[in-house]
Amino acid sequence: MATVISPETSIRSADDAALPPPTRPALLIWRRFRRHKGALIGAGVLIFLALLAIFAPAIAGWRGQDHEAVNLFNRFQPASAEHPLGTDDLGRDLLLRLIYGGRISLFVGLVTAVLTASIGTVIGLISGWYGGRVDAFLMRFCDGWISLPLLPVLIVLAAVDPTKVGLPAAIAKSPDLSLYRIVLIIALVAWTTSARLVRGVTLTLKTRDFVQAAVAQGASTARILFVHILPNALSPILVAATLASGNIILLESTLSFLGLGIQPPVASWGNILTNAQEIIWSQPMQAIYPGVLIFATVISLNFVGDGLQDAFDPRTEGR
Amino acid sequence: MTRFLSLRFLQALIVVLVMSFVVYGLIGLMPGDPIDIMLSGDPNMTAADAARLRALYGVDKPIIERYFEWLRNAVGGDFGYSRQHNQPVLHILLPRLVNTLYLMMGAFLISVIVAIPAGVYAARHPRSLVDQAINLFCFAGISVPVFFLALLLIILFAVQLGILPASGTRTVGAQSSFTDQLRYLALPVLTLTIANIAQVTRYVRSGMIEVLREDYIRTARAKGADENRVVWKHALRNALIPTVTIMALECGTLLSGALITETMFAYLGMGKLIFDSILANDYNVALVGLLFACSVTLLLNLIADVLYAALDPRISYR
Repeated sequence: MATVISPETSIRSADDAALPPPTRPALLIWRRFRRHKGALIGAGVLIFLALLAIFAPAIAGWRGQDHEAVNLFNRFQPASAEHPLGTDDLGRDLLLRLIYGGRISLFVGLVTAVLTASIGTVIGLISGWYGGRVDAFLMRFCDGWISLPLLPVLIVLAAVDPTKVGLPAAIAKSPDLSLYRIVLIIALVAWTTSARLVRGVTLTLKTRDFVQAAVAQGASTARILFVHILPNALSPILVAATLASGNIILLESTLSFLGLGIQPPVASWGNILTNAQEIIWSQPMQAIYPGVLIFATVISLNFVGDGLQDAFDPRTEGR
Repeated sequence: MTRFLSLRFLQALIVVLVMSFVVYGLIGLMPGDPIDIMLSGDPNMTAADAARLRALYGVDKPIIERYFEWLRNAVGGDFGYSRQHNQPVLHILLPRLVNTLYLMMGAFLISVIVAIPAGVYAARHPRSLVDQAINLFCFAGISVPVFFLALLLIILFAVQLGILPASGTRTVGAQSSFTDQLRYLALPVLTLTIANIAQVTRYVRSGMIEVLREDYIRTARAKGADENRVVWKHALRNALIPTVTIMALECGTLLSGALITETMFAYLGMGKLIFDSILANDYNVALVGLLFACSVTLLLNLIADVLYAALDPRISYR
């Protein structure tokens, strides 16, 4: 590659020495991303929170504390060297619970965003590629789904009795269920955005020459969709998934706050706040920390998503 | 246009029908049934009594059969009784709806009054300090969990300053007055408004930036039109076209977003009613409440489409 373009570069450098050498697209994207200050700070915050979440067990071991162990003689302790943010209503270290809560919230955000994007991508590819009746049916289905009041539907889904849909009692009673259930139900309602997005991209790419060439060569539909079309749709999908993960974390924390999401004693930022309304009169700070963490995570994701959008598509910059 | 409208109306009707079945089925999947709750009220009931009760109330029939029976009654205007309140569903629903309408209208009016000037200013001075501040506020507004915003406002105005009530719809026992009701509305409306202002401002700003680049704006300026006239008449009218449609859709989101706000402030509106009925297994109320919210969203979608065509002569439905 370098040898092929070297004559051109040498000509150009003779003409205009100030021009930088050609750069790889990834580098260009990084340069544009770097200009978005909010996105850079957001990325920093997210990396910091992710590291805390990954090393939560190590931190617990180092502090010699258990985030789920109840100690009723130790309730509502003020901040101290041992408990930097004090203890909660059951005498557990609040800081450690916040760190473990981040593990859950970030996990739900990441996994659900990937699942949502995958469901949306498959539906969007099928809808855009086949067109006609398939497209009409899928898109009307999508419209109907969007018209649903999001939160009430999530609440109904969260209240469904797992044994009534045929889950064996052993799984229905397992403590991890609330985690997988919340990932599943949010993905079930949130796939519409990426489906519409991918459908749009598929429609425009379908008529392009390189896709038509692949069709003429007799490539299979799966190959065309996943090798020729999908890679060209990746950057908008990535932006949409980043922005979606922020919304997913908001939904998860709201459901957990209402007592319908992650079940205690497992900590999540939402369920730490469940009793907040009773303690705000005596311990207002306890209600503030988890909320600030949710807020910081979601606004960081929104900024990073915005930065990625500008970086992938310079035309949208400043809009 | 008429053909388009009737077609869309028919589509919306079908969606509501399908949704009513889906929601009916989902509610049937929730733990417990009405008989379980009756049983818990009488410890002397035997399993045979329970089976007899189930047969009496028709709970033992398959879900499809029960759904069609419900549908037949609903079409006849009978939405059943609320188990929690022992009243016909509509008797409970309508006053709650009025309370929610106060909340939504307040939030909607304030957010439009604030968001349009803010969005226009930001679009006229892109990258200025004020634009960046507005942008930061918008990002914050869409990123803050509603329940946390409500908590912060309660901590600030009810706990620290002690000037507004933390929860309720009106002072219990006191003579019901307009100012009293306003005091209870203040915090819930503020909560809903902040999130909504952020959304609307973003749409107004991006719409205006787009429109201000158009040729007809340059033409208007070249003809020497006053800058204020160019911005507020030529540009804003066109920028508002996409915004109006999005605001109509936002109303639907407001309706379900009000669920958290109403629950946080113990404000007796639709959202809280739906939430409480789901938790209390009050099937009939939850079902009608959900379907109502769904129908309103669909209706607003339709209105948005009609407005779109009415505001922009370039668009027509045939």
